[in-house]
Amino acid sequence: MPAPAAETAAAASPAAPVSTAAPKITSKISFPAVGERELRLDLFRGLALWLIFIDHLPPNLLTWFTIRNYGFSDATEIFIFISGYTAAFVYGRAMEDAGFIVATARILRRVWQIYVAHVFLFTIFLAEISYVATSFENPLYTEEMGIMDFLKQPDVTIVQALILRFRPVNMDVLPLYIVLMLFLPLILWLMRWRPDFTLALSVVLYAVTWEFDLYLSAYPNGFWAFNPFAWQLLFVFGAWCALGGAKRMSRILNSPVTLGICVAYLVAAFFVTLTWYIPQLGHLMPRRIEQWMYPIDKTDLDVLRFAHFLALAALTVHYLPKDWPLLKSRWLRPLIVCGQHSLEIFCLGVFLAFAGHFVLAEVSGGAMMHAMISLCGILAMWGVASLISWYKREADKGAARKGVRANADLAGGG
Amino acid sequence: MKSVSWLRFGIAALAVSLAASVRAEEAPQTCEVPAYLLTTESPLPKVAEAVKNGRTLDILVIGSRSSTIVSASDGNAYPARLQATLKDKLPSITVNVSVELQPKKTAEEIAGNLVKLVEGKRPNLVIWQTGTVDAMRSIDPDEFRQAVNDGVGTLQNAGADVILMNLQYSPRTETLISVPPYIDNMRVVAQQRDIPLFDRFAIMRQWNEQGDFDLFNPTHGIELAKQVHDCLGRALSKFIIDAAHLSPAQQN
Repeated sequence: MPAPAAETAAAASPAAPVSTAAPKITSKISFPAVGERELRLDLFRGLALWLIFIDHLPPNLLTWFTIRNYGFSDATEIFIFISGYTAAFVYGRAMEDAGFIVATARILRRVWQIYVAHVFLFTIFLAEISYVATSFENPLYTEEMGIMDFLKQPDVTIVQALILRFRPVNMDVLPLYIVLMLFLPLILWLMRWRPDFTLALSVVLYAVTWEFDLYLSAYPNGFWAFNPFAWQLLFVFGAWCALGGAKRMSRILNSPVTLGICVAYLVAAFFVTLTWYIPQLGHLMPRRIEQWMYPIDKTDLDVLRFAHFLALAALTVHYLPKDWPLLKSRWLRPLIVCGQHSLEIFCLGVFLAFAGHFVLAEVSGGAMMHAMISLCGILAMWGVASLISWYKREADKGAARKGVRANADLAGGG
Repeated sequence: MKSVSWLRFGIAALAVSLAASVRAEEAPQTCEVPAYLLTTESPLPKVAEAVKNGRTLDILVIGSRSSTIVSASDGNAYPARLQATLKDKLPSITVNVSVELQPKKTAEEIAGNLVKLVEGKRPNLVIWQTGTVDAMRSIDPDEFRQAVNDGVGTLQNAGADVILMNLQYSPRTETLISVPPYIDNMRVVAQQRDIPLFDRFAIMRQWNEQGDFDLFNPTHGIELAKQVHDCLGRALSKFIIDAAHLSPAQQN
């Protein structure tokens, strides 16, 4: 990666005066040493993007490689956590260097980009759906096709989509992300003051959400599939880790007791998921536990899911050191490069999932075709990510010559 | 039709290495269902008793529009096919399958109405097909689960065995209707109430994957729907016989 993250992170838009900003009174948070880009973040964000893409396609062979089949949490958790982490890292530093106002402005600019991306995806979705609605009339599905009725009121539908209330299936992540990013200035501002207190506030909001059932409503009915009041916990936790929390936690993280608990929990979760796929094992599950545990709620980020993610993350951080040589190998390059351009690649993934549905419907739907589509999609994601990398590299070269640096690379989707 | 399938074939053949995926359209439509989808540990005592005593087996299907085929006679929909198959398999007793269609009603709306629906019919078994309307309206899955749970309780109190039937596998609307939460919650209720769940979604998906049926087919024709419903009726009859532990002797 030619544009080192540190520079990116320190970034600041060209207009912002560097280092002359507010005196450093904020010793409460500490940034990781200015150095190499944290490739593990890119790696796992890239992985999350691939998994989200595969999970958005109808189930097929590759679906068996996605982590949701082996435990409670899935790629969404990884994505939101890493997004919180990188966003706090990049914009937190910007806030240190250039002050609250400038950092907020940069965050809002990012929010706008994500919003535009979302609207763009919605347009593609609308085109696909309109086509299906006019061409598909199988009497077997008369009832289900009633869902297309919203097309009869394009005025309402489109406006509701623009205010993020109407979201098709699989288009829920970006709106969540927009809302979380909107609150990032506030989160960062609080974190600069009292990081642990901020995290505690986030936990309280999460608990209140569960207790009083807070939610955002959607159009035409229902609610946001990812409840921002609950999912903010992962995002804020990611931010907290980025701003020094991870370092302070490292002793707990590395203790054998913690690791033991994590392993035990992951194994237990694996066994539970096994009973979903091999119903014959169902009778081994104590009824009591079943009744207490189900349903494992994704909308409100069930505690079991959160804990599962924590356990996974703890083990990953422990067993996969920062300087793991494979991180630099070309075998992991495809994942890392996707993770480095997460907004673009995420959108591409959503689009490819639409396209995949379409091909399956129009051409042929066999298991081989399914697997082929997944593979082609991943290759496309890799290809586009490489292309963007190449372009940024060239653009940076040009910019460097003129002495300008403006690259929000690490913020990627973030 | 011919030209369309040639076109489909052509496009598929163009894509490299997709040869294997070109669906064998002439594959026999056996619509077999893997055993694990038709076995359940939850019993159907009322059904078993009725059959043992040689009484009439009254089955009531409560469902939304996917329990019927629009523009075909009722004789082609799965409830009628179920009745026909059960009559074949249980010749010694009388089997009555009746249907109460509740189109466009959520589980909650139906649950409140169940007493009236069951009243007078006194069925031994109620097959409650639900979830589709709730999924289409994105009803809160917790409320959905509560409603289904209440409804099952009502039916059990009325003295009937209950089978829950979940949504159809509808690949064309997959990007529009979020199905998993409703399927999961129906499974939870079935577990908690210890009643069988007929996993229509998984069964139909299996058929689509095996190549028994091409459920992506945009056809306007009625044949596919008829065949799917026929297969559903037969699968359902196997499921009931298995759940009620009807021995081959009773079946003759």
